[in-house]
Amino acid sequence: METKNIMIVGVGGQGTLLTSRILGNMTRKAGYDVKISEVHGMAQRGGSVVTYVRYGDKVAEPIVEEGCADVLIAFERLEALRYAHFLKKDGVLIVNDVRMDPMPVAIGAAEYPADIIENLSKKYKVISLDAKAEAIKLGNARVFNTIIIGVAAKRMDFDKEAWIEVIKETVKPKTVDINVAAFNLGFDFI
Amino acid sequence: MNEKAGTQMVMLGNAAIARGAYEAGVKVSAAYPGTPSTEISENLVKYKDELYCEWSPNEKVAMEVAIGASFHGVRAMASMKHVGVNVASDPLYTIAYSGVNGGLVIVAADDPGLYSSQNEQDSRMVARAAMVPVIEPSDSEEARVFTKRAFEISEKYDTPVMIRTTTRLAHSQCIVNLEERQNIEDKPYVKNIAKNVMMPAMAKARHLIVEERMKKMSEDGYDLDINKVEYNDTKVGVITSGIPYQYVKEVMGDASVLKLGLVHPLPRRLIEEFASKVDKLYIVEELEPVIEEQVKSWGIECVGKELLTVQGEYSANLLRKALLGQKLDIEPAADVPARPPILCPGCPHRSVYHVLKKLKKHAAGDIGCYTLGAVAPLQVVETSVCMGSSISTLHGLEKAKGSEYVKDWVACIGDSTFLHTGVNSLMNMVYNKATGTVIIMDNSTTGMTGHQDHAATGLTLMGEETYMINIYELCKAMGVKYVREVDAFDMKGLEEAIKEETARDAVSVIIAKSLCALHKDFVPKGKCKVDKDKCKKCGMCMASACPAIHKDPEGFAETDETLCNGCGHCMQCCPFGAIEFIPNN
Repeated sequence: METKNIMIVGVGGQGTLLTSRILGNMTRKAGYDVKISEVHGMAQRGGSVVTYVRYGDKVAEPIVEEGCADVLIAFERLEALRYAHFLKKDGVLIVNDVRMDPMPVAIGAAEYPADIIENLSKKYKVISLDAKAEAIKLGNARVFNTIIIGVAAKRMDFDKEAWIEVIKETVKPKTVDINVAAFNLGFDFI
Repeated sequence: MNEKAGTQMVMLGNAAIARGAYEAGVKVSAAYPGTPSTEISENLVKYKDELYCEWSPNEKVAMEVAIGASFHGVRAMASMKHVGVNVASDPLYTIAYSGVNGGLVIVAADDPGLYSSQNEQDSRMVARAAMVPVIEPSDSEEARVFTKRAFEISEKYDTPVMIRTTTRLAHSQCIVNLEERQNIEDKPYVKNIAKNVMMPAMAKARHLIVEERMKKMSEDGYDLDINKVEYNDTKVGVITSGIPYQYVKEVMGDASVLKLGLVHPLPRRLIEEFASKVDKLYIVEELEPVIEEQVKSWGIECVGKELLTVQGEYSANLLRKALLGQKLDIEPAADVPARPPILCPGCPHRSVYHVLKKLKKHAAGDIGCYTLGAVAPLQVVETSVCMGSSISTLHGLEKAKGSEYVKDWVACIGDSTFLHTGVNSLMNMVYNKATGTVIIMDNSTTGMTGHQDHAATGLTLMGEETYMINIYELCKAMGVKYVREVDAFDMKGLEEAIKEETARDAVSVIIAKSLCALHKDFVPKGKCKVDKDKCKKCGMCMASACPAIHKDPEGFAETDETLCNGCGHCMQCCPFGAIEFIPNN
């Protein structure tokens, strides 16, 4: 199989690491070679963060290159726009439709771009949802990323049950139930 | 623990180094946290029933702890980020002369691309200068295997061995095969002054041995198993090592490749043989042309930094463009506002910088999350060099410009950084009659690297309770007469303290104390909430750019409940009492 490229982008602290680990564990479980690349350190303090997951028969480099991503998962709108050019022409963009102002916007030195999702939809296949609002309804805003994983999982080649197994193995024991509920919500979203 | 020999795991490069060290029978490990090396110790501690590991106050101490263990016959390791190697370079240069008893491995984690560092130095250059062999793995599995080989090579050639990693290797995961821990017998300690006491007469003799050793290792490198030749089409040959090997494989699958595991000393005969068999030779190495310059010095024609940059990380696309001359059909990146890192919601540093800004003070800064006090909108930190430098640069500016001048300045340093190398600088201020003010921003942890314990937290890396060094008493004991502790969120108290202490003609220390809001023991007391009837849209609450407060579509301040840690900073900034505190139940 040709190597598949997934990118997860967001704002430091949103949980891109955990998400990439769940995806990585899933692909490994399915028998693929996998490489995951993460960002630690200063960027985690509210900066723009990127993690990469690559899987296939034999994976060499651990990063996803511009123009090569099959799936781009963005935890925030502006970050979707920032990294959209990493997508392949027929790549899928999954966006958490929330706005988090970066410092230059917060202090009035820059404008938050308007109509991001509308504009990206002209170029790419975009699936957007306000996963944070859905997560709050479930009772914990932090599981928004598991909802997004559910949305992504629907578009990948692994069994739903296998996904749920991996989530159970990866998240903290006391958050298993809410994460599984979040995954199901995402999986059934569209 | 889910890590059984004979199984496979997806592992971070750093976790794999820890696993390799464990399997190699390492008995003592010491480190100071630093991105991208921190997770080595954090993973090694999982095996604490079978080995000892610690956080030392700095890399020099860590290296010497490992050296002591090696002298006495056990396998030992010290790990650090690239700039930590500078701190540890004093023992490094000399232990290369003494050599080892138990295998001694130093992990140096470079940061091409500067993800979380103050410079982009290449540790291979340091190792060359120190005459220490360097081994470089290219993925997690190799990180495990090469770490084991590093201990063997260390003992075989009687030398410390450096494992050089980069951020991409350290923070990438791939599949790793787990093996059993080797049962390595302690070697007997034998008193040997000529080898282990480096004074001029002994060191002169040892220097000859070091030169011989490097020559021998270069020769033996010809058939060393971690140097690997992959002959394919011989029109193009590539010499590479580490993570760049992966980019070469991605892009130049047909080329012949000499992948070096031992990158210093270089296996000259192997390189000459490889070069003679290929028509065109490229050298692909991130950062400095360490391999390239040596290969060229032997009269071998090759291409490297003529086409490839010495800055940042490489990638497959970079090689496609630079080496293959390909034009890539890639959409241009959108022009969007940057998202630089910022202080977290509930971060106690924000409050300190807010007060300093209000008082129009300038800060000599240091290394930690609080270096972010340099950027908008806080912009209080005006200089930052290296760990501990805030205090000594403050002292230097006073000696240059006088004791009135220094009244507008303070040094800002974190608790972990203070204990790392700030203590000596403060001692110097007392000794040399300084009058400046040092603010120790004490959040009771090593914050930026992910909350490691240190000598003033009361816990060891192994999780044992220990004596908690009292920073206040430490400053007092060094002769600082004016030391006071202030709650970092008490802006009035801080203002008063900073005004009084900077005006004083004596050295003073203010310990601004409050637990890091990301620490596992931090429990928010409640949330801040804006009463829109009282909000005048003045924006004062947003002046310090807390990520948890923003303007709503109508321009009123609004807090984000999921982000707010209830520190109350915005409440203290609001002139209209429009922000209330909602305590948690």
